[in-house]
Amino acid sequence: MLDSNKDSLKLEAMKRIVAMIARGKNASDLFPAVVKNVACKNIEVKKLVYVYLVRYAEEQQDLALLSISTFQRGLKDPNQLIRASALRVLSSIRVTIIVPIMMLAIKEAASDMSPYVRKTAAHAIPKLYSLDPEQKDQLIEVIEKLLADKTTLVAGSVVMAFEEVCPERIDLIHKNYRKLCNLLIDVEEWGQVVIINMLTRYARTQFLNPNINESLLEEGGSGEKTFYGSDDEEDEDEEEKEKKAETAAMAKRKPYVMDPDHRLLLRNTKPLLQSRNAAVVMAVAQLYFHLAPKAEVGVIAKALVRLLRSHSEVQYVVLQNVATMTIKRRGMFEPYLKSFYIRSTDPTQIKVLKLEVLTNLANETNISTILREFQTYIKSMDKDFVAATIQAIGRCATNIGEVRDTCLNGLVQLLSNRDELVVAESVVVIKKLLQMQPEKHSDIIKHMAKLTDNIQVPMARASILWLIGEYCEHVPKIAPDVLRKMAKSFTNEEDIVKLQIINLAAKLYLTNSKQTKLLTQYVLNLAKYDQNYDIRDRARFIRQLIVPTEKSGALSKYAKKLFLALKPAPVLESPFKDRDHFQLGSLSHLLNAKAGGYQELPDWPEAAPDPSVRNVEVPEWTKCSSREKRKEKKVEKPFYSDSEGESGPTESADSESDSGSGSESASGSEVSASGSESEESEEGSESEEEEQKDKKKTKKELKKPVQESESEQSSEEEERKHARKSKISKSESESESDEEDESESESSESESEDSESEAEVKKKKKAAESKPPCKPVKKENKKEKKEISLLDLDDFDPTPSPQVTPVNSFLSSSLVTDLEGLSLSDSVLAPATMAPSSALKSYELLHRITGEGLQVEFCFSRQPFSPDANMVAVQMHFTNNASADAKSLHMEDVKLQSGMRVREFPEIELLPAGETATAVMGIDFCDSTQAANFQLCTQTRKFFVSIQPPVGELMRPVFLTENEFKKEQGQLMGMNEITEKLTLDATCRNEHTIVQRVTAAANLSRVPCGSDKECSPPVPPPDHPVYRFAGRTVTSGSLVLVTVVTREEGAAQLTVNCEKMVIGTMLVKDILLALTQ
Amino acid sequence: MIHSLFLINQSGDIFLEKHWKSVIGRSVCDYFFEAKEKAVEPENVPPVLQTPHHYLITIFRGKLFFLSVIQTEVSPLFVIEFLHRIADTIQDYFGECSETVIKDNVVTVYELLEEMLDNGFPLATESNILKEMIKPPTILRSVVNTLTGGSNVGDMLPTGQLSNIPWRRAGVKYTNNEAYFDVIEEIDAIVDKSGTTVFAEIQGVIEACVRLSGMPDLTLSFMNPSLLDDVSFHPCVRFKRWEAERVLSFIPPDGNFTLMNYHVSSQNVVAIPVYVKQSINFFESGSCGRLDITIGPKQTMGKTVEGLMVTVHMPKAVLSVNLTPTQGSCTYDSATKVLVWDIGKLNPQKLPNLRGSLSMQSGAPKPEENPSLNIDLKIQQLAISGLKVSRLDMYGEKYKPFKGVKYVTKAGKFQVRS
Repeated sequence: MLDSNKDSLKLEAMKRIVAMIARGKNASDLFPAVVKNVACKNIEVKKLVYVYLVRYAEEQQDLALLSISTFQRGLKDPNQLIRASALRVLSSIRVTIIVPIMMLAIKEAASDMSPYVRKTAAHAIPKLYSLDPEQKDQLIEVIEKLLADKTTLVAGSVVMAFEEVCPERIDLIHKNYRKLCNLLIDVEEWGQVVIINMLTRYARTQFLNPNINESLLEEGGSGEKTFYGSDDEEDEDEEEKEKKAETAAMAKRKPYVMDPDHRLLLRNTKPLLQSRNAAVVMAVAQLYFHLAPKAEVGVIAKALVRLLRSHSEVQYVVLQNVATMTIKRRGMFEPYLKSFYIRSTDPTQIKVLKLEVLTNLANETNISTILREFQTYIKSMDKDFVAATIQAIGRCATNIGEVRDTCLNGLVQLLSNRDELVVAESVVVIKKLLQMQPEKHSDIIKHMAKLTDNIQVPMARASILWLIGEYCEHVPKIAPDVLRKMAKSFTNEEDIVKLQIINLAAKLYLTNSKQTKLLTQYVLNLAKYDQNYDIRDRARFIRQLIVPTEKSGALSKYAKKLFLALKPAPVLESPFKDRDHFQLGSLSHLLNAKAGGYQELPDWPEAAPDPSVRNVEVPEWTKCSSREKRKEKKVEKPFYSDSEGESGPTESADSESDSGSGSESASGSEVSASGSESEESEEGSESEEEEQKDKKKTKKELKKPVQESESEQSSEEEERKHARKSKISKSESESESDEEDESESESSESESEDSESEAEVKKKKKAAESKPPCKPVKKENKKEKKEISLLDLDDFDPTPSPQVTPVNSFLSSSLVTDLEGLSLSDSVLAPATMAPSSALKSYELLHRITGEGLQVEFCFSRQPFSPDANMVAVQMHFTNNASADAKSLHMEDVKLQSGMRVREFPEIELLPAGETATAVMGIDFCDSTQAANFQLCTQTRKFFVSIQPPVGELMRPVFLTENEFKKEQGQLMGMNEITEKLTLDATCRNEHTIVQRVTAAANLSRVPCGSDKECSPPVPPPDHPVYRFAGRTVTSGSLVLVTVVTREEGAAQLTVNCEKMVIGTMLVKDILLALTQ
Repeated sequence: MIHSLFLINQSGDIFLEKHWKSVIGRSVCDYFFEAKEKAVEPENVPPVLQTPHHYLITIFRGKLFFLSVIQTEVSPLFVIEFLHRIADTIQDYFGECSETVIKDNVVTVYELLEEMLDNGFPLATESNILKEMIKPPTILRSVVNTLTGGSNVGDMLPTGQLSNIPWRRAGVKYTNNEAYFDVIEEIDAIVDKSGTTVFAEIQGVIEACVRLSGMPDLTLSFMNPSLLDDVSFHPCVRFKRWEAERVLSFIPPDGNFTLMNYHVSSQNVVAIPVYVKQSINFFESGSCGRLDITIGPKQTMGKTVEGLMVTVHMPKAVLSVNLTPTQGSCTYDSATKVLVWDIGKLNPQKLPNLRGSLSMQSGAPKPEENPSLNIDLKIQQLAISGLKVSRLDMYGEKYKPFKGVKYVTKAGKFQVRS
């Protein structure tokens, strides 16, 4: 069939051959026939031929050479897949003659255009190396070249090659270290494992031990956390400089400074703990275990515990490693104690390992729960597991003195167990325990002596005999009797038991020779003729030692000392005790033996080698561009922080009024225009937007800025100016460009234009970036991704879920009455006709003049926002002071900080002139005081507005009793507590005003005081009145506790306890202000 | 790294072997067979074995042993994870991972193995890429191929291989664009004899089935992401956005995949959906015992409990059972000593009960421990932790996809001690 002309027949034939290979049958006879087809056009036949070739080429070297020319041709093929597979097969053929050809092919492929071919080249390196180790030097050159490769595809493979060929050439890594760290997250998962393992070793040789100076570490940790937050991966250079400045500052204070590169590694590997691949998680875990400062290692525990849900093989390996870790760092896994509880369905090996971990985790506080667990385990049907449990109990007893007696009693009870194995194991463990404190337990020894009649397990019998012999003075009556019994059955005993019988006899002879002299003689005689030479030897030796004869030398005088010397109690140790000298997660660690090719984890160096070796020389012009980029970033940053930050409302209001007045004429004409027209224009803007997007896309593909319309150009120029000036905030520039646009074009276009200019900035940035040609690919990609997401924001259509709307309207109508009932202060209530009540402070959202007659106020209604509990309800109050009706009031273009969400108010269709209306919207501020920016639209106009919440509105009241309050407060001490002294305003010294002012400043509820006094008499009556208030933040639900203690003459102390320190600090300020004015 | 792979069935036949470096004889597996003999249950075979010249790393899946031969130091999890990935891929291609399926498709499996590893180092493991290189068999395709002489092997480099998103292939087209997400939560619990919960936690997984054209960029957000304590993601999920905003932003692979695994924070009290009243007694004399089990609803959040099943591993001495269930069916396998009571739907008005006698081997001592009960159950339309997907947004493509989220709660390792 192989000679046939038809591809289908050939294919069928090849399939059969491959099936033969797969089953392990020999198909080498067919080699000549198969090799002929290596040049076959059909790709599937070809692949199968390759499979065959790789399998048999080693056996048929001469014939295999026939195929080489085909591969050489394949290496020049324009299709990268064919190039790669030719190289793959060529390098897999293990024929020594073609080594030079392979070498040449690898070198060529290493500089191939296609990263896929380069990857294949990296794979080929270890193959060639194993075929001919003499090529090492040349191969190292190739590796060095490939290490410098910047694609993620190659990185994993080349590090693999590095590990196999030249793991000792750590110097090759220096220049690529930072790149590898940064690429890591995008490398495929298998490559990640290899790279992380290699970097662990690298870091051990290059950095200092972070745990050298434990006490100073605390300080360092907090310092480092601050720049941990400023995680900005986009600009390496800047970041590094930042870090250097930071570390330089720290260096003045303390001796140990973590190398910024060390920190880089730790930071970049941390997200990989979330990988789905257990091997990656384990690799990161071992990296943290070996490299991270003690305070930071804890993060890996959670991830490792997660792996325990995986396949049992994975569990097995993970538990082995956890067992080692728990010996060194017990605290890390203590919170997860229960995750190690054993199920009856676990395989035995998993059970035993879990037991090991549980034992390692046992301490004074949790021992009682652990022992209770052990008690259930003892009843298990799996006897090996029961034995292991008994040993575990023994180890807990030795480690924790308090429970020794309990454990011992428990074990003694087990002696009456029906299962012999259980009894035997307990005897062995009891023996070890008793050795620690024999005096107290002579009755246990007696009990055990009785057991000799029943127990058959030799180890247990031997243990009992040894115990009796060792402590024969405590049981003077029983010991000789036991010996008598044993002497009777001596010949039928196992060897270890026989040895112990001799031992017992000897010891008894020395202490109680009167009763046992004859017995001993008898035993020794029996032993003399035993089949086992060990026993014969022992008997001879003991006879010489203890039985005084004329020949016996000085030794027999010391016989008693020899036999009855105080023996140190054995230490029950974990079998995992010394395993941590192997790199965790490695095969060697698992087997506790060095596996072939294992690279020792080096010790930390005494002094750090020169860190500058890792510096990569950056050509001058790239530096320039990076600086430019930075400038642009500065432009960009305020775009987020300024417009949405503290100064948000005022600034945007300003710009609002500006643009409003600037474009009044234009908008005026709009107002007069008919409704249908405006609709049209809206449609037009939409389609335009889409068009522009399309254009943008095409432009992106072309990767060069194409200049568009006039207005765009102008805005572009604007941008450029700003970029140079660098200090001007983006929000300003945005509004400016808006103005321009508006004056030039119709208002409906302004929005799309606006987005356009924004995109333009991005594009320019990209253009600036793409100028330096040899720059990490990844960065560009990141930018691209980001760009996509930004564009997406534009076509993000806010689809208010329809089912919410009725709820909202219902809410707003019933709100008025609700408010009445709920407002906290008993001051004058607002007239029932109008919301909001005067107790709630209302803020201006849109001024009457700016809004061209439309006035909008908002207040925080302090109602729970029913559609979403995490949102703060904001009540909007619209008043139409204009002469014309306002139509279809709604909101649009919501700009939020990440994580924030808005639920819009239902559209108000008509607001007649002179009328008012209210609506409720919900905003999830994510517990921050960032402003929510959006456009308030009428049918004709759009107003930029923003709502910034005072910190006090970000919480909702909760009811706590005084005791609960105190308990919670106790848990929020230290960093979470802020205390401030103040002098109360003269008008606000009575209880009523204080409560009123605090509750007005923050949405908290008063904790009733004194109500608990009756039930808890020991509380001394407070000299000074204390006011307590409690609440929870709306989004995260963290507690906010406020305490005001008043003293004489208006002096007072304010304490705020809150998990969120920022909220706490801001709240202190606000309440302080409320109380002092 | 991985030198060779042997597939072995439960009776100890090697039915497939593949070598990535020089050939290693089958005799190396003898060490494994030795260990297998020693361990009675196939699950108890140690996953890592040391032999004089090699190391054997084995996984047991679908009644098959995947045995890999290693010569040098390597991270064992790396190999284990990879072997599982092979099994996953086979399952993905042929619907199941069993001996017959592998034997029927031996050439395709062999080709897959060839692509997945090069020189013992993983090359392509993403199922989307593999499917482009080696097309999964379908009846239609095999018919077409025999007629036209076409091949199952792609001749172009898979597009995903080169891009930054290796998990997705380019040029996906569907007429019906749909994205389904299954939120599956499993309750792991140990309940002791008296009914108190010793240990309980919720593990969840979001399985996705995404059939969307082009390059959709999806964002999945939750109503209450704070519930999630520990998570692990498919590589497609952008970790940075999760860190910052607690939303899942990703360009999905095509087809079925596991989007994320999560663990619900331990502060939340886990609702245990059912309670079990049981008494199992073995009598000292007469070599028999009694069994009485009743199951009732506890915290079901108003949903019906379905697929209720109780599995009991009886002590070796129990020969046969004589039990009558008030609902469902009850079987006892006297070879494996497993009692299975398949109840089905739980009716709160009429609680299912199983009662009867156990007959034991005469003369055998009374078992010391009562067997523990493993409970299996299913509650549709409910995520027991209360996790809720709030919305799914799609960017990057214009069409409107059909979206759906399904919630299921299951019992994971739910054990009642007795």
